[in-house]
Amino acid sequence: MTEETKIPRHIQTPLTKEVVGSLRTGDMVLLNGEVYTARDVAHRRLYEALMKGEALPIDLSKSVIFYAAPTPTPPGKVIGSIGPTTSYRMDSFTPKLIENGLKGMIGKGSRSPEVIAALQKYGAVYFGAIGGIAALSAQCVQKVELIAYEDLGPEAIRKLTIVDFPAVVVNDALGNDLYAQAKKKWRVNR
Amino acid sequence: MDKKKKQTSTVRQIDCKLITSTVKKLFIEANTVLGADVVEALRNSLPKEESATGKEVLVKIMENADIACRSKMPMCQDTGLAVVFLEIGQDVHIVGGNLREAINEGVRQAYAEGYLRKSVCDPLTRKNTLDNTPAIIHVDIVEGNRLKIIAMPKGGGSENMSAAKMLTPAAGSEGIKKFVLETVEQAGANPCPPIMVGIGIGGSLEEACILAKKALLRPVGEANSKDERLVQMEKELYTGINDLGIGPGGLGGRVTALSVNVEMMPCHIASLPVAVNIQCHVARHKEETI
Repeated sequence: MTEETKIPRHIQTPLTKEVVGSLRTGDMVLLNGEVYTARDVAHRRLYEALMKGEALPIDLSKSVIFYAAPTPTPPGKVIGSIGPTTSYRMDSFTPKLIENGLKGMIGKGSRSPEVIAALQKYGAVYFGAIGGIAALSAQCVQKVELIAYEDLGPEAIRKLTIVDFPAVVVNDALGNDLYAQAKKKWRVNR
Repeated sequence: MDKKKKQTSTVRQIDCKLITSTVKKLFIEANTVLGADVVEALRNSLPKEESATGKEVLVKIMENADIACRSKMPMCQDTGLAVVFLEIGQDVHIVGGNLREAINEGVRQAYAEGYLRKSVCDPLTRKNTLDNTPAIIHVDIVEGNRLKIIAMPKGGGSENMSAAKMLTPAAGSEGIKKFVLETVEQAGANPCPPIMVGIGIGGSLEEACILAKKALLRPVGEANSKDERLVQMEKELYTGINDLGIGPGGLGGRVTALSVNVEMMPCHIASLPVAVNIQCHVARHKEETI
């Protein structure tokens, strides 16, 4: 199948083992269902709670985390602008979350070898979304619910119901990496 | 006493209230309306992009700018750290309050009333300041009795990929270009390409960084107007960066940078400071002279 004819797959959360296993690096997807927003400080808190054996405010099993913090919701809107933040900042916490059931992440930018190894070991995927198109992406959000860490303001954990949110599989559960592939394909050596 | 006739402008008073309302307006506008130069650069980049995915990303970026402008929504959820450049005429007299506070109040009002995200926190506790202050303020004293305010909301993702280095004089132009290319390659998909690259050469450590940021204020596609050597360097780096193949969204392609802007000033005989400030495709800055 050529690049031009790639048709996005509709993917429903929570992510089952079968779906994760069927996704391949480079697959275009339209994500549907519930996902949690969490980024820097929320990750630290989730990680520390896991290390201490405390209960988490969210059920990680088969879950998807969207590295995002929206702008405030203006009157009459479901949500403000929302899009992915850079993922590497969550890398030190991510393997622990994957070990505890996390099946998917939505962000932008490369992941560490440790995260890629955890995706392979436990069967999970990392989706890339386009950064900086947050007014457009907000149209894919149907519902927002504040779940935890309200004191973090925009960084609080929220449950979003998303509809046909476009993303691409960057790292699949087999160790493939879209950014590395893209670089190899497009780099010009003069 | 010398009778110098050069000084022609008379002292003019500018009220802090006007500064606050101008700062507020500029930050809201910068976050929702993409500059015409950036829109044009994106449009011009489309035929150059050979990757179908890359083309799609570019189209979505333009579509997003259009939706943001029409619905008055921020283009990006990261509405930035509030960077302000001031050019204060030496014959301006600020009245009715404190200049710094007037700017911070403008930021406060913009981020509250414009529904912009508050993204400023204590570096250690990470506790949010809740109003996006303090602003980062750079001041230049210039001739005349006007005040130019430039509002530049700067996203964290691209700022994180920026870097400064004190090179040795022996490193020369080649060393500078090598450092820039390494910095952009290392950044990869992280700073939301296609990017704008601002480069500051010379001065001191902090001056190189400020030059690099100021370079990002130059309209996209406009070459350095003062130094032919820098025009050449900009061209070479533009080609070199786009050859990296990072592409729109980092998904591979021909269009990695929309512009490379270099600014330079003399430096110490022992040093060669270089700063690379990366700007994402949501290149936001608005200005007004009052």
